[in-house]
Amino acid sequence: MSRSRQRAFNIAGTLVVLAILGFVLLPAFVVTLAAFNDKAILAFPPQAWSWRWFAKALAYADFRSGFGNGLIVTGWASSIALLVGGAFAFALDRYAFALKRTIEAILLSSLIVPHFTIGLGFLILAAQIGLARGFAVVVVCHVVLVLPFVLKSVYVSLRNLDRRLELAAAGLGASPSRVLITVTLPLLLPGLAGGWLLAAILSFNEFTASLFVTAQRTQTLPVAMYNYVREYADPSLAALSVIYIAATAALLIVANAYLGLGKLLNVEPRR
Amino acid sequence: MSSLAAERQPRLASQAAAETTGGTGIAVNLRGITKTFGEVHALKDATLSVHRGELMTLLGPSGCGKSTLLNLIAGFLTPDRGELEIDGHRVNDTPPYKREIGMVFQNYALFPHMSAADNVGYGLRMRRLAKHEVARRVADALALVRLSGIENRRPHQLSGGQQQRVALARALVISPKVLLLDEPLSALDRSLRASMQVEIKEIQHQLGVTTIFVTHDQSEALSLSDRIAVMFDGQIRQIGTPAEIYRRPSDRCVASFVGDVNVLRARLGSIDETTATISLGAQIIPVAMGPLAGSKPGDPADLFVRPEQLRLSGTGEPGAAQGTVSTHIYQGGHVDLYVRSPVAVGGRLLVRSPEPDAITRWPIGAVVGVTVSGADAMAFPPQDDKP
Repeated sequence: MSRSRQRAFNIAGTLVVLAILGFVLLPAFVVTLAAFNDKAILAFPPQAWSWRWFAKALAYADFRSGFGNGLIVTGWASSIALLVGGAFAFALDRYAFALKRTIEAILLSSLIVPHFTIGLGFLILAAQIGLARGFAVVVVCHVVLVLPFVLKSVYVSLRNLDRRLELAAAGLGASPSRVLITVTLPLLLPGLAGGWLLAAILSFNEFTASLFVTAQRTQTLPVAMYNYVREYADPSLAALSVIYIAATAALLIVANAYLGLGKLLNVEPRR
Repeated sequence: MSSLAAERQPRLASQAAAETTGGTGIAVNLRGITKTFGEVHALKDATLSVHRGELMTLLGPSGCGKSTLLNLIAGFLTPDRGELEIDGHRVNDTPPYKREIGMVFQNYALFPHMSAADNVGYGLRMRRLAKHEVARRVADALALVRLSGIENRRPHQLSGGQQQRVALARALVISPKVLLLDEPLSALDRSLRASMQVEIKEIQHQLGVTTIFVTHDQSEALSLSDRIAVMFDGQIRQIGTPAEIYRRPSDRCVASFVGDVNVLRARLGSIDETTATISLGAQIIPVAMGPLAGSKPGDPADLFVRPEQLRLSGTGEPGAAQGTVSTHIYQGGHVDLYVRSPVAVGGRLLVRSPEPDAITRWPIGAVVGVTVSGADAMAFPPQDDKP
């Protein structure tokens, strides 16, 4: 291959990569600009600039209650998922038992069952047993949805854990429960925190299933945003999106500073 | 260091008392230990007694069962059959955390989320010692392994040698009944390994702690051990002092694995109860009869000779074999000469000469006679495959 053709390929390759990166960032970019539009329409690019939609988004009652409901649902759902998923991950890693693969497949099944199916299922079930559409239904639904991610995260951490550290602790006189508290859990902490954080972000963002199982009193932020956009088309939603992105980014930066993102996402080889 | 040594004294005294009141000097006793993993027989009927204060090495190639044996003593595995005693008590069903053993792992297994001092103090905290007592003993233990001033560093901030010392201090600080070392030096570079060997031996001697050391490195085993147990295929083939193992190996596996050895094809001469003779070239070489049991005069036999027990001479002199010098390897303290000879299994003999002028005296291509000197030659029945 001649040198000039080589160069042409290099330039074309660079352009393709840049285009892909551009498309990944494009929606966030468009929404961010639209949020600063002074006019009460969702348009791009804006003609005049304003902060007023941020003020409106922060003041809007349904968004405020949706945010609060979201925190409640997310807090409970990701914590319960962490306990349940962590326990199952431990059992799957450490013990051999009947139907192990089947149980694992069932726990991971919400990855392939559509969210609206799960939401609809819980809606029918709740109606059938006469359960009011309170937080319990939403939380249980979210636990099912985020469980596979927690399970995987903790499982990978357990796989990476050097079992000789636990043996060393036992040899030095630590009973099994003290091995767990002083060695296993501290070393799993990044994986547990990563699993919880992933579950929390997924749960807080979840829309499809939440649409079925929430009521006016329990609607989460994405559901509130959907209900809003059905009636209004001003840039409040775009402003809320910007706040959302900023808050999530801040959360990840803090998590990274304390725990290391590489460890959280289990992409770094453990020493 | 003083207090660690001092704390050993009462124990040693009580041990002495136990011995006089009918106890034994055996710290670890294994009888007929068998362990299988699925189809694999990791250990077959292993029997071994380790004396108090002794440094016993389990030596063998990888997969010979030595690490399995160590893990059984530590309690990380349980035997399928056999009895396991520590300090005269059966511990088959005792979990590791009640066995009072100190173990140093091959990768050290230091807790990455704890400082060096917290690593060393871990066993003491598990024994619920008072904080100041833990601090004092940790400082003593770190001083013992000559590693003060790194207390607050995490394991990943320490060099390999330092990690090794922390691991050793962590195992010793609990005054274990037995110290178990699983190839602790294999990750260190050569010069560090040599100095750590000396240091481990000194510390072990100073504390008088019964130690079981696992290695596949025969020279490490020879230089460190009070006694060596050589293992092959899940079996203990021979137990003895380094000199016994080196000079009187029980079979050809042990002879080949421990130290360098030349194997020469020969025939049995005369035989009596305890000794036999091998005739090789013009030489008649006496060997022990033991390993040759069942052989008759005139049967083929393989003669095993250490390289330092072969001498070169000019041609024409009557010797055991003739050959051609093919390679010199200068080793500093001695010279290794390789001699092509049809008598040798593998076609080459290794002759170790302490004389530095051997290289000029026996240049490459020189035709030489080879003589067996010394009384440590051994003979084993031949086998089809190479040793």
